[in-house]
Amino acid sequence: MTGPMPRLRLLALVLLAAGAVGALLPGAMAKANHSASLREASHSSLASDSDVNAGHAVFNARCATCHGDAGQGTALGPSLVGVGGAGADFELRTGRMPFSGSPGTQAVRKPPAFDDATIRNLVAYVASLGTGPPIPEPRVDTAAVSAGQHLFIANCAPCHGATARGGAVGGGALAPPLDVATPVQVAEAMLIGPGEMPVFSSLSETDRNAVVSYVAYLQTQPDPGGVSIGGIGPVPEGFVGWVLGLGLILVVVLVVGRDWRGSRA
Amino acid sequence: MAAEPMLTWIDERLGLAAWARAGLRKVFPDHWSFLLGEVALFCLVVLVLTGVFLTLFYVPDATSVTYSGPWAPLRGQSVSAAFDSVMRLSFEVRAGLVMRQIHHWAALVFVAAIVVHLLRIFFTGAFRRPREINWLVGIGLLLLALTMGITGYSLPDDLLSGTGLRVIYSVVIAIPFIGPYLAFLVFGGEFPTPEIISRLFVFHVMLLPALLIGGVLVHLAILVRHKHSQYAVPGATEENVVGRAFWPSQVFKSTGLAILTAAVLALMGGLIQINPIWAYGPFDATTVSSPAQPDWYAGWLDGALRLFPPIEITALGITIPSPFIPGVLLPGVAFGVMTLWPFLEAWVTGDHAEHQLLDGPREKPLRTAFGVAGLLVFVILTLAGGNDVVALVFGVPVEAMTNILRVAIVAVPLLGFGLTYRICRELFDRREAPGQRRASVRLRRTAAGGFEEIEPD
Repeated sequence: MTGPMPRLRLLALVLLAAGAVGALLPGAMAKANHSASLREASHSSLASDSDVNAGHAVFNARCATCHGDAGQGTALGPSLVGVGGAGADFELRTGRMPFSGSPGTQAVRKPPAFDDATIRNLVAYVASLGTGPPIPEPRVDTAAVSAGQHLFIANCAPCHGATARGGAVGGGALAPPLDVATPVQVAEAMLIGPGEMPVFSSLSETDRNAVVSYVAYLQTQPDPGGVSIGGIGPVPEGFVGWVLGLGLILVVVLVVGRDWRGSRA
Repeated sequence: MAAEPMLTWIDERLGLAAWARAGLRKVFPDHWSFLLGEVALFCLVVLVLTGVFLTLFYVPDATSVTYSGPWAPLRGQSVSAAFDSVMRLSFEVRAGLVMRQIHHWAALVFVAAIVVHLLRIFFTGAFRRPREINWLVGIGLLLLALTMGITGYSLPDDLLSGTGLRVIYSVVIAIPFIGPYLAFLVFGGEFPTPEIISRLFVFHVMLLPALLIGGVLVHLAILVRHKHSQYAVPGATEENVVGRAFWPSQVFKSTGLAILTAAVLALMGGLIQINPIWAYGPFDATTVSSPAQPDWYAGWLDGALRLFPPIEITALGITIPSPFIPGVLLPGVAFGVMTLWPFLEAWVTGDHAEHQLLDGPREKPLRTAFGVAGLLVFVILTLAGGNDVVALVFGVPVEAMTNILRVAIVAVPLLGFGLTYRICRELFDRREAPGQRRASVRLRRTAAGGFEEIEPD
């Protein structure tokens, strides 16, 4: 005899499984590597010759295969002449370099391969290769978040999303979520345009600081309205509406619709 | 009892006792699937209650004001009065945000409940004579619910919903001959227009609810007039309805269902964030954020636009802009087929008889297969509406995702059609209930090492 109860149990199982998938997806999507160093780059504006030399030694060992022994670039990697301290610092501190993906794919954030001192030496060496943007020193200012929001929506949200959760850009490129990006890294990204990202050279330093302040605000300020289910709008909302909303109600329907008085004539 | 003389007094003047007696005795068949429509009805009640609350604070005005509320990232920015009022609702009006969120969740679940209800009606053949008219009313209600959803989604005048309006405007002007005139008529000029917000408001809180609630009453009146259809349970025939009376049975089921439906919606509204307009910011025609999707029930329309190749046909001096086919023609055909289905089916099968007993889906393999194929088209188009999010989740390039879905939109429904047809035939021929185990076969091992079946007793 197949009563409604086995079906009820089955439905509950399906709901549970769907709920688990729903709970895991945002985590997987964020791909946030929290073990990545959140330390601010402590940058000395003046690099000594010994830093440059030490950096050169590491460069020859770890970077020259692709970027060439004088950073001039090879078929495997671009020239680093003129990328400046900002470019090197961004790529090394977000772990994007040294590159470990398959050729032609996007470099993604991972724990940095080098310690702080080594990164500083490498940055000093790469900066010495040509004139490029130095490591910026952004100022996070809560008074600038409104200007920052406006600039962020106009310039950053088309790829990173209004809530900076990241997005698919096309050509297989992904705009990463900015949930663990430090102020310095956000400012560096605007200056150098890593990967598919354009260089936002039209933004003044004040504008850059405003954007950095808003990203910091998104990272730290409470988001009203309850549990955030992705912060990317109707797709997760529709999913939750169906699975959790209608799902729970269907459980109620099955319980209420059951013939509680047993068999009919 | 003191109530009795008063009731008698009323009855002597209105003569309602006979009606009430008949109403209280209305029979409801015992099956959970008959409650799906009720879920939609109770969602509508929640929508009306929360909607009235929201209307008390919403300002349908596109005039620019400077936001000066508590949400720091927007303070000092120029926003529309409509957006400003929704921000006030969300951050300053007591219980405003929870009411907004309940309203939005209830809208999502409302349409979902309608769809599930529709599927039950379709797959059991409940639309057949004499219920064709109520099928038509139901399709009308679905259309009204979709329009309610889209107009309501657009009212906050935030960046996301404004993008949606922009898409709708572009689809409307793509209609050959009348498109530009129609778009100007609806929007009051070239997008973005200051008129559109107040127009949407009138539609969302006055015209459409009146039609929707009136339609629901007609839907229910026809249901009472027809009496319920029923599954072929023991005792059920084409001449009777087997089930329990409204009083004292169904009324408690329905009340419980209503309360629990409202509870689920309130729980979601209180605990889960939906449509954070403060993150999107006010609408600005020069900006768009990503990902940008409509609510789920309009996702298939967006998906069709995203999947359809950008072909612009020019023939006989007439240009058909590319959004016309996926944006107007496809939904038109889809709703056309749905509307005409009861008549198409009767015409194809030659079955014009009255039916009070419902079909099991397997009993009508062709209908079931058509339904599954249609459902798969809808699901794939909906996925296509979120192609960038799906691409992100699966780590696939958006372009590859689009191409995969372009193949899937043709292949998967065909496959689903064939597979469903086969399964239905198989099940029907075997006369087995789904999930029912076949009687076990008992074997005996012979002395020679072979096996022979023992006939059941």
